[in-house]
Amino acid sequence: MAEFLQHCLNALILGGTYALLGIGLTLIFGIMKVVNFTHGELYTFGAYMVFFFVMVLGVNFFVGIAAAMILGIVLGALIEFVLLRPLRGASIDTTMLVMIGAWIALQNLEQFTWSGIAKSIDHPFPVEPLVLGAVSVSWIRIFVFLFALTLIAGTYFLINRTKLGKAMRATFQDRDTAALMGVNINRICTATFALGSSLAAAAGALLGPVFIVMPTMGDGAALKAFAIVILGGLGSIIGATVGGFILALVEELGAGYISSGYRDAMGFGLIIIILVYKPTGLFALKERIG
Amino acid sequence: MSRWFTVAWVAFLFSIPIWMTDLYFLHILITTGIFTIAAISLNLLLGYAGQLSLGHVAFFGIGAYTSALVSLGFDLEISDSYTLVFDPQPVWLAFVSGIFVSGLFGWFIGKIAFKVRGAYFVIVTISFAEVVRLISLNWIDLTEGPMALNNIPPFTLGVPGLWEQTFYQKIPNYYLVLVITIIAYIIVRRLVLSRAGRAMIALRENEALASSVGIDVTRYLILATIVASAIAGAAGGLYTHYIRIVDPDIFLFIYTVTMVIMVVTGGKGSLAGPVVGGIIFGILPELLREVASPEVQWIIYGVFMIAIVFFLPKGIVPALTAWWADRFKSDGHGGKAVRDSR
Repeated sequence: MAEFLQHCLNALILGGTYALLGIGLTLIFGIMKVVNFTHGELYTFGAYMVFFFVMVLGVNFFVGIAAAMILGIVLGALIEFVLLRPLRGASIDTTMLVMIGAWIALQNLEQFTWSGIAKSIDHPFPVEPLVLGAVSVSWIRIFVFLFALTLIAGTYFLINRTKLGKAMRATFQDRDTAALMGVNINRICTATFALGSSLAAAAGALLGPVFIVMPTMGDGAALKAFAIVILGGLGSIIGATVGGFILALVEELGAGYISSGYRDAMGFGLIIIILVYKPTGLFALKERIG
Repeated sequence: MSRWFTVAWVAFLFSIPIWMTDLYFLHILITTGIFTIAAISLNLLLGYAGQLSLGHVAFFGIGAYTSALVSLGFDLEISDSYTLVFDPQPVWLAFVSGIFVSGLFGWFIGKIAFKVRGAYFVIVTISFAEVVRLISLNWIDLTEGPMALNNIPPFTLGVPGLWEQTFYQKIPNYYLVLVITIIAYIIVRRLVLSRAGRAMIALRENEALASSVGIDVTRYLILATIVASAIAGAAGGLYTHYIRIVDPDIFLFIYTVTMVIMVVTGGKGSLAGPVVGGIIFGILPELLREVASPEVQWIIYGVFMIAIVFFLPKGIVPALTAWWADRFKSDGHGGKAVRDSR
């Protein structure tokens, strides 16, 4: 029983970051109709930026995370501006090919810059875990969970309560009508991509200190994000949030009770089940955003 | 004219081992040929059926592993008391079973993945390849996991007792790969020019319209997947009996990307496209190797892929064909009028 509770707690903690990854990807797909293959690289980028600021420059840990998120916004906006803006209106396959090219280039740029050796990041939290009866959890993980929850809540607020969010929702529903009503589509797309990228960078920045940092860490993250988005339905923020927690739970229980080697394969099993029984995802609402 | 061009090309390819004595270069050509076969098969899905399958390396790897395992023999522990023992089989039988098993997986994945389209389909295919890689890594009893399958026998052809040839050397392997490439090319060409091929192109252009005129969309998509994965399995089998070692890295996503770059650069939806793209990206790494580290090479490929989509979206072969037709016509009488009227 204690073991089961521990797995559930781990899943809850991990699920927050998974949800961050999924929300970023699902927003970009919903509003821009772009399958963002660079998402995993933004995740890696966030982790390396924290490494750079904290371990190389010696900046404060929390400042490092904030800096990684801001640079994530900048890099996301740059990718959108250079690669996606000229292709507005191109078919989804065309943008996919471009994003695959960008993915390969970015990943190898990271490998080139930081070399393939795995890096670890020091954090200011005590090593002694917090023990709650039969289960225990490390302080850094609690911080990661709370920070992720804050970001998710912030994103909800941004989408549902602000003018920018309203413009995003309008663009999601009907791009042409939104443009007629005076919404600047280009600006919305840049903002969406920058926001999604920043969330991915935040996920990387949060998990970097928990695990290790290496150039290929983004591949697994991207695959998980895709699985989460399929679970929740493309374009649904609620779906991505719930999907993130479900995936984390399935992975934890699967790794704990079935086989740890297949941990990363659990997401795919979920995808197959979802596709067979409910191809549109769990949260296929009419308005799949907000 | 185009027929003579093809004949000259094939004759040239057959003549290479006669005048090319550099064995290393021959090795490059063999691996290039193997990846070209895979690219030809991917083109059937990507170029003709219009489905961006990013899990194609799974079929390549399944073909490679099946062929290796059948030729080496293996045993499967079904339960504690019963073990299924599989004796080593001749290589040609292993090769054929590799093709068969790959095709079977193609059918299975087609059944699941074609419930969805577009972005969903892409994600399902990527995940599939990743899962197959994890299985090959973790099912150590069968695949040896990261320790790899070693000492895989090379190809042997001939009539037992009369004449037999074991393909240790580069030259017979080169001819074997060349012949299989040509066979793969002919199969895809015949399929594309047939009724089924026209159905695939129709549904690529407009799926709703295609199904409204009575084309069984899913059936043709699954047919395309089966043929494409079987051919990719053949490429994997050739690879495994040539390199003679196979490990889970064969499933890395980067190989799918290589195939996609070959098809997109050469020209998706054109028969010669993957061949041209395959030759370019088979030989390019060797030229770049002197001046650039692998990471830099991959950065170049990534940027190259973006550049192709931006500036040459149809790929090299269709662009050249259009250019040639344009030039050819403007030389003759009234060619200019034809061009202007377009």
